[in-house]
Amino acid sequence: MTNFLNTDPNLSDYDDTYQMIIDMHLDLTESESVSTNAKLILALVNHIGDSNVVREAVDIARENTLKWRN
Amino acid sequence: MVYIPPKYKAVYPNAVGSKKVEQVPILIVGAGPVGLALALDLGLRGHRVVILNKEKQLTDGSRAICYAKRPLEILDRLGIGEKMVDKGVSWNIGKVFFQDKLDPVYSFDLLPVKDQKMPGMINLQQYYNEEYNIEALEALGNVELRWGNGLTKLENNEDGVLVDISTDEGDYQMQARWLVACDGSRSITRTLLDIGFEGETFQDNFLIADVKFKRQYPTERHFWFDPVFNPGQSVLLHKQPDDVWRIDFQVGWDIDREEIVKPENVTPRIKAMFGEDVEFEYEWISVYTFNCRQIERFVEGSVLFAGDSAHLVSPFGARGANTGFQDGDNLAWKLDMVMKGVAGEELIASYDEERSLAAEVNILNSTRSTDFITPKSEASTQFRNAVLQLSSNHEFARGFVNSGRLSMPVPYPKSSLNTLDDSVWEGGVEAGENCIDAPLKKNGEAIWLLNSLGWDFKVIIFTDDEGLSADQKQKLMQLAEAEVPVKNIVIGSGGLTDTKGLAAKRYGAVAGDVYLIRPDQYVAARWHGLDLGKVEKAVDKAMGIKRS
Repeated sequence: MTNFLNTDPNLSDYDDTYQMIIDMHLDLTESESVSTNAKLILALVNHIGDSNVVREAVDIARENTLKWRN
Repeated sequence: MVYIPPKYKAVYPNAVGSKKVEQVPILIVGAGPVGLALALDLGLRGHRVVILNKEKQLTDGSRAICYAKRPLEILDRLGIGEKMVDKGVSWNIGKVFFQDKLDPVYSFDLLPVKDQKMPGMINLQQYYNEEYNIEALEALGNVELRWGNGLTKLENNEDGVLVDISTDEGDYQMQARWLVACDGSRSITRTLLDIGFEGETFQDNFLIADVKFKRQYPTERHFWFDPVFNPGQSVLLHKQPDDVWRIDFQVGWDIDREEIVKPENVTPRIKAMFGEDVEFEYEWISVYTFNCRQIERFVEGSVLFAGDSAHLVSPFGARGANTGFQDGDNLAWKLDMVMKGVAGEELIASYDEERSLAAEVNILNSTRSTDFITPKSEASTQFRNAVLQLSSNHEFARGFVNSGRLSMPVPYPKSSLNTLDDSVWEGGVEAGENCIDAPLKKNGEAIWLLNSLGWDFKVIIFTDDEGLSADQKQKLMQLAEAEVPVKNIVIGSGGLTDTKGLAAKRYGAVAGDVYLIRPDQYVAARWHGLDLGKVEKAVDKAMGIKRS
C-alpha cells in the first residue's frame, strides 16, 4: 500500500507547536540552529518511516522555496 | 617493503618466429583477479584459454583487500574459496569515530552470517587471491598464462578478433573467437576500440599505508569522520592477514603525489593516530584518486569487457574487484554455451544487459558513500554532521551513517532471461535473484546447497515423505537428457535432507515446488509443481533462445 502525505490541516495546537520549534533554537548559534533543524528532520523522517511520504514533503518544501526565488 | 610480488618468466610463443597467426578460442587480456578467475572458470569448463599480461609480475601491494560473500561463493565454485577464507581475516566489530571524541560515536556488530558456507566478508591481500588462482590454473592443462605479452592492436572480423601482440623478442598475431578485456581501469582494449567510458573523477586523493605494528590491536574496523589527526577528512583502519593493517587517509586534491608517499611523510600521520611511540614497519604505501565510470557497452563484436575495464567505483563498499568477479560469473557460462553451439549471440547480449545494470547500481551506491564521507555542499556537511552527532545516543540515526555499503549481488528483476512467476509465492527467491546457501545433508554427511548446484542448469525440487512420484521421476530424467542437460537436486524424502528446514524456508518452498537455477546460481524461474513444457520453455528463455 502506498501512503501519502497528509496535507490537510492536522493540528489542534498550532501556536504551541510553532513556539516549540522556535524555542528549540534558543541560545543556539546560527550553525547550531542549522544542525538542530537537520536533527529534527531526521527524527521525523525516521518516525514517518516511508520514503514516499517523505518525497512528497521534500517536493513541497523545495518547490515552495523555488517559487519564492526572485 | 615486506611484500615482493613474484616475477614470472616471459613467454615467447612460436608465432613470434614463424609469423603464423595463432588461433585461440578464448583470449583474456589482463592477469588481475578478474581475468584470472574468469580463466579458471572457462578452463575448468574445458575450454582452451590464453591469458595475456603485459607485465612479468603481479601488481605490487595488497590492493583490493575485501572479499564479500557472493564473490567468495563464486571463488568457492572455482575451488579456491575455502583457502581464501582460511587465510583471510574476518571482522565483526566496527567503530565509527567523529571529530575529537576519543570514544566511538557508536559501535556495531556485524553478526556472522548464519548457516551459509561463506562468511559475510573477509579481508585478504589481493596477491593471495592471485597466487591461489594462478596455482589452480597451472594445475590445468588447457589455460596458458603469457607474461610479458602485451596487446597492441585489435580488430573485430568475421571469425572473431585479430590481435597484435608485442613481446621483448618480437611481435606476433592471434585470431581469437572471443576476447575478454580484463585489463583494468586504463584498458588498452577499450582505448583501441574507442568505446566511451563516461563518469566523473573525484577531486580527491587517498593515501594507503599498509603497516605491521609491533603490538597487537583488536581485529576491528575503525572509521573516522573529520578526526583531529586528519581534520576535515576521513580515515579508515582495518586488518589483513599476517598482522598487516590497512590505513586509508583521505588527503584532498591539492597534494604532491610523489612527496606524500615517502615514508618520512607518512610516519607523522601514523604517529598522530597511534601516539609518538608507536612501532611499526611499512608493507606498502600508495596514493590513489578514484573515478566513477561505466563503459558504454560491455560487448563490442567479439570483444567483451569485465571488471575495471568496464566500470570504476569509489573504494567505499569494496565494490571494485567484488563486482568484477560477478561479471566473470555471469559471463563464463554464457560463453561456454555459445562455444558449445547451444546458444547464440542473444545470450552474450544478456551479459551486457545484466552487468550494465549491476554496474549502475554499484556506481550509485559508491557515489552515495563518497558524498556522505566527503559532503559536496554546506547543507550536505551539516546533515552529515547532524547524523553523526545524533548517532552517538540515538540508534535510529545510525542507519544514515554511510562509510561504504558492502558489495551485495545485484538482482536482475527485469532480465530478458527471466521467466516470471505464474502463481503466487510467499517469499523465497525470485527470478533474477541469486540463490541463498543452506545447510543440507547427503546420506548423513553435511553439505551445502550452493556446492551441490555446481556449474550447469539445475532444477531444485522439494518433496514430502512420499518422495518423488513416478511421473516426476520420468520428467526429471527427460530434463537431464535434454540437449542442454538440466540435472536436479531433490530436497526432502528421496534426496538431500533439509536438516534445519532452512532450504524450504529460504526458498519459500513446500513439497512439489520447483526452482530452475542458472549455471551462475541465479534463479531463472520457479513453479508450484513440475510441468515439463514450462521448464523447457524457461530453459530456452534463460539461454536467450526464441523458438516459434
